[in-house]
Amino acid sequence: MDQRYDVIIVGAGLAGLRAAIELGQDTRIAVITKVFATRSHSGAAQGGIGAAIGNEEKDSWQWHMFDTVKGSDYLGDQDAIEIMTKDAPRVIYELEHMGVPFNRTPEGKIAQRAFGGHTRDYGAAAVKRACFAADRTGRVILDTLWERSLQRGIEFLHEFHVVSLLVENGRCSGVCVYQLSTGQLHILHCKALLLATGGAGKIYKTTSNAMASTGDGMALAYRAGAPLQDLEFVQFHPTGIYKLGILISEAARGEGGVLRNKDGERFMERYAPTIKDLAPRDMVSRCILEEIRAGRGIDGKDYVHLDLTHLPQKEIGAKLAEIIGFAQTYAGVDAKKEPIPVQPTCHYMMGGIAADAEGRVVRDEKGTVFDGLFAAGECACVSVHGANRLGCNSLLDTLVFGRRAGQTMARYIHTVGWPKVSEALEKDIIRRIGDARRPNGKERIGAILSAMQSTMMKHVSVFRHKADLDRTLETLRSLKMRYRQVALTDGGSRFNRELMDYFELGYMLDLAEVITLGALWRQESRGAHFREDFPKRDDEKFLVHTLAVLSDAGEPGLGTRPVTITRFEPKERTY
Amino acid sequence: MQCRFIIYRFDPEKDAEPHYQTYRVDAEPTDKVLDCLNKIRWEQDASLAFRASCAHGICGSDAMLINGNIALACQKLIREFKTGNNFVIEPLPLFSVIKDLVVDLDPFFEKYRQVKPYLINDEPPPDKERLQDPADQEIIEPALRCILCASCTAACPINRADADYLGPAALLRAFRYLFDSRDTARGSRLADLDTETGVWGCKTMRWCTDVCPKGIPVTKCLTQIKKAVRQQEKA
Repeated sequence: MDQRYDVIIVGAGLAGLRAAIELGQDTRIAVITKVFATRSHSGAAQGGIGAAIGNEEKDSWQWHMFDTVKGSDYLGDQDAIEIMTKDAPRVIYELEHMGVPFNRTPEGKIAQRAFGGHTRDYGAAAVKRACFAADRTGRVILDTLWERSLQRGIEFLHEFHVVSLLVENGRCSGVCVYQLSTGQLHILHCKALLLATGGAGKIYKTTSNAMASTGDGMALAYRAGAPLQDLEFVQFHPTGIYKLGILISEAARGEGGVLRNKDGERFMERYAPTIKDLAPRDMVSRCILEEIRAGRGIDGKDYVHLDLTHLPQKEIGAKLAEIIGFAQTYAGVDAKKEPIPVQPTCHYMMGGIAADAEGRVVRDEKGTVFDGLFAAGECACVSVHGANRLGCNSLLDTLVFGRRAGQTMARYIHTVGWPKVSEALEKDIIRRIGDARRPNGKERIGAILSAMQSTMMKHVSVFRHKADLDRTLETLRSLKMRYRQVALTDGGSRFNRELMDYFELGYMLDLAEVITLGALWRQESRGAHFREDFPKRDDEKFLVHTLAVLSDAGEPGLGTRPVTITRFEPKERTY
Repeated sequence: MQCRFIIYRFDPEKDAEPHYQTYRVDAEPTDKVLDCLNKIRWEQDASLAFRASCAHGICGSDAMLINGNIALACQKLIREFKTGNNFVIEPLPLFSVIKDLVVDLDPFFEKYRQVKPYLINDEPPPDKERLQDPADQEIIEPALRCILCASCTAACPINRADADYLGPAALLRAFRYLFDSRDTARGSRLADLDTETGVWGCKTMRWCTDVCPKGIPVTKCLTQIKKAVRQQEKA
């Protein structure tokens, strides 16, 4: 391991790997990842990646752009969305050329299927836009990019956990990392640092996210002075397996599956007459919970049924193989013969580190660039997803903006010299981390973690209300106090998972506070953020991004940033 | 219900030799073995080391020995076991232990690297996608399910006897590219695999197939490589 790299990339999911591949072979790169690269959570993406290549039906990037803007409830920045949807076909062909085994049409072209919120002719009817590899699309793309980076000889630092960014005189100059296998701390310097650490679903009790999805990059950037944008927008995927939250892809409905309440009624017909079960996720999740509230959950419980039993068995057996396996293993349900019990599950963070379409982290509402710091993928907010992400747009986001961040960094490293880092800063960081290892309090990590997850799930999920949000802020602040009293009991240095849990919990508590604060401030309902006390969208006051900045006193402060509107003026959102 | 977990513990830095530690866990029949390990880590003993991430059998982190059988801890529910609520949990065999249930997989991925696990096609790509017959793709479909959990390689008796043998996981990846109709390096791939530590290391013992948590017919795929090597030799 070297101490100095041109570029350090934190995270080996799709955004991080795509950026790494983009950088020239003469660039000294290290990809730091706290899990082995192929364990990254991009691999859990199932249903597909959206691109208007029109292999199955007529399609256009303008329709894709419109759907994304409308899906975002008009909070997405339309310049960035245009970049993404225009670039999407190139992304698909590039992946195919690298070897991604997309499903094929009978003529051998890349097959496509329908997905929530994707339509033709600006909302007229559902369109087949999702390119897919059965229901393991993320997994095969992750494998392909990882294998490509092996071929390129890219250096990986596996099972290294970032515990602090190095920032001095307004420039990011490296990271402090904890090596799991030895317990050692290292300082690594770089000219450019890319955060590509993914999401933070583990803040919530019920989630489709991996144990590693703890928002590390977002919290690290926030603590280093970068603003977090739109963090109050948290996506709940409509169909997680009851009680477990394991994802059942939207592809199940794209292939013809339907949601049913206890009366067997296909209730989405009532809420979204045009595209029914293929309405966007924010809507479908709310509808499921409305049904449950009205007493139409299955057996009076808080779940509904996802019914695939009427579909051609052989076909779904192949195209939805993984989820049929999940239903069998975890719910004991043969999805070909009986419906799957489902309920909404925390799935995706629309918000994240404020970044521009070139992957540069911005410092403020004017878009001033944070020197040396870059972000891409779920941990970043560009913003292409606004208040609600459409299915199939997250993989696309990682690949479009991961590549662009790589290109930007490739230029950037030739325009700057090596940052000078004072020894005082390095010593200070090492001391602070060292101090964390010896707290002698009485609190346990597990207890604080589960209290945070429960309160966030109960009060800051699909439906929100001022009284609950106020109470949650109080709870979170008391949990933060308790966090300072955590006792670390594992004195060992090898694979000390407790220390990693400890850092992760600290990251999540910071983010939970920002989510709640943003949700409290935003007195309207937009996309995934639904305030029962303010059930209407309010473009007058709230057609803006929120920006949360950590003050010198360690308190979050909220500002705003304008939304970029180019082609599509905000309209009422119906499906 | 109460379960007893008897877990292999070993910190090479502190311990002269491995030992087993017993934990009692209140578990639901629908809990995964992984849930129980997490409960132990969060509620009883934070020093217990194991790997896990996605918790639903797609990331491949948590292969281990559960009551003597190789399995993913996140894929096994308590109710599936008829062992009187007793569970013996040990690290994957074959690999050296870093700590407790965490093993060193570097040798595993090194083998993987040796099979050139990427598409080789020197022809300039078309503007759009390369066409591929769905029937051709079906051939490699089983190998696409692989999550690199190392279960097959850990189970393989040949691997235990011969450290140089590529092992089923690496060979399965070789199969995935060898039979991809878009790959143009078939000849050199077959030549590389045509060795005693390559595909001929496989003695068709099928332990790999038996333990695969994704139900991949590993042995069958390896047999297809052998057939292809023989055909090339005849030609």
